[in-house]
Amino acid sequence: MSFALDVLTILAVLTGSFFFLAGTVGLLRFPDSLSRLHALTKADNLGLGFVILGLLFQAEGLFAALKLVGIWLFALLAGATVAQLIARTARMSGSTM
Amino acid sequence: MAFDIGLATLVLGVAAWTIAARDTFAAVIGFVAFGLLLALVWVRVAAPDVALAEAALGSGLTGGLLLSASSRLAHTNGSAVIEKPSAIMRLAAALFCTLMSAALAAIVLLLPEPAPTLAPQAAANLAATGLGNPVTAVLMAYRAIDTLLEVVVLLLALAGTWSLAPDHLWGGLPGRGDPVDRGGVLTFDAQLLVPIGILVGIHIFWVGSVAPGGEFQGATILAAMWILAMMTGLVDAPGVSGRWLRLALVVGPAVFLAYPESHAKLVILTIEVPVTLSIAATLALLVAGPPNRALK
Amino acid sequence: MSDATLYGVLGAVLVGLGLFGLIVHPQPLRKILAFNLIGGGVFLLFGVVARRGASAGLGGDPVPQALVITGLVVAFAATALAVALLLRLFQETGRATLRSDDSPP
Repeated sequence: MSFALDVLTILAVLTGSFFFLAGTVGLLRFPDSLSRLHALTKADNLGLGFVILGLLFQAEGLFAALKLVGIWLFALLAGATVAQLIARTARMSGSTM
Repeated sequence: MAFDIGLATLVLGVAAWTIAARDTFAAVIGFVAFGLLLALVWVRVAAPDVALAEAALGSGLTGGLLLSASSRLAHTNGSAVIEKPSAIMRLAAALFCTLMSAALAAIVLLLPEPAPTLAPQAAANLAATGLGNPVTAVLMAYRAIDTLLEVVVLLLALAGTWSLAPDHLWGGLPGRGDPVDRGGVLTFDAQLLVPIGILVGIHIFWVGSVAPGGEFQGATILAAMWILAMMTGLVDAPGVSGRWLRLALVVGPAVFLAYPESHAKLVILTIEVPVTLSIAATLALLVAGPPNRALK
Repeated sequence: MSDATLYGVLGAVLVGLGLFGLIVHPQPLRKILAFNLIGGGVFLLFGVVARRGASAGLGGDPVPQALVITGLVVAFAATALAVALLLRLFQETGRATLRSDDSPP
């Protein structure tokens, strides 16, 4: 049983890492800041979700699992807020960033 | 071991970028990333309390302070071009710093084996303090005077910051006092995050007696929540001459001074509550800065 | 080389890097950043000493770790005061430079 859980963890974390990699490629290759923000927030949130999913299989007890989900929700909230603020600033300054 | 080499290389790369970046804003962002990676290094050397403190204080609060300062100083980079040291000076500085690093690295490689340590004594006396976290025991019981002096240093830094106000603004309000933008994204974020953040801060402070955590880490999170509320205008910064504010700042060190041997854990926790509040208030006011609006 | 020694060497290099930034950058804010880098390196050296003192069931010697936490708080207080001084200097003179006033800007 624990072997199956380990395999699931490895698969989920690998998927998450792939999404993080995709987000970073988008950050480096997209031409302007709005599209870079799009790549970062979408891909990184999904990547973090998969990594947390993988860690959930290894969590000891309900409380630890709830803490992990809480971490994901906080990161989502912070990421969304910061992305909105950067996008608004980029838009207003007529960005050439 | 491979993970450690990769992490060390990453930390070094980000630190080098912080020094080498042309734009100050970019350097500050690099510094925030450096702090977070350093927190990972702290976890790898089995110091989770220090990792929490580094991520919250060293990267979070310091990063916020430096970001706001760099945005206010954004147009002063012109003088830098004229004052830059010559190539010979830079080469001499690089040589000197390489020698310094080499000397320190040699000391690290020549540290005595077996390493001297106080861990057995710390662990042996843990039961007498009633705490489960040895670092908290060191901070609050074995070396409590150090912690008292640390809180006093924070207060002195705050007094120094407040004394930088111009004469006509003495005793006034720090911050810009922007009215709250009811539809703003940051306001929404603050309204969601501040209540939860206060809970998280209290939890980290409370659990610090038996698990990684403690009053400094918890106080930093509480301070960050107050700063977020002040930044969005949800609460206004208090006037620095306010009586309750000054009482809150001073009550921490004031109750610190002596406690009896028995009931040690209860007394330690009772002392920790006002100390945490004082530290949180001091840290938040340090970031808010000296008064720049007059008292109404 | 154990991982503690590796991080000790990292701390030594960070001190050197920070010192270089402190000497070479003319802007005070960059100097403050470099100073914090030096602080990070020094604290890491403390952490390595703590890690090497692991015994009695603890992962590291708690006394140097507590010293580092104290050091982090004091470093933040110093940084905050330094930044407040710098911003006040900028407010008064309109320039953020450490050079005295009688040389041409």
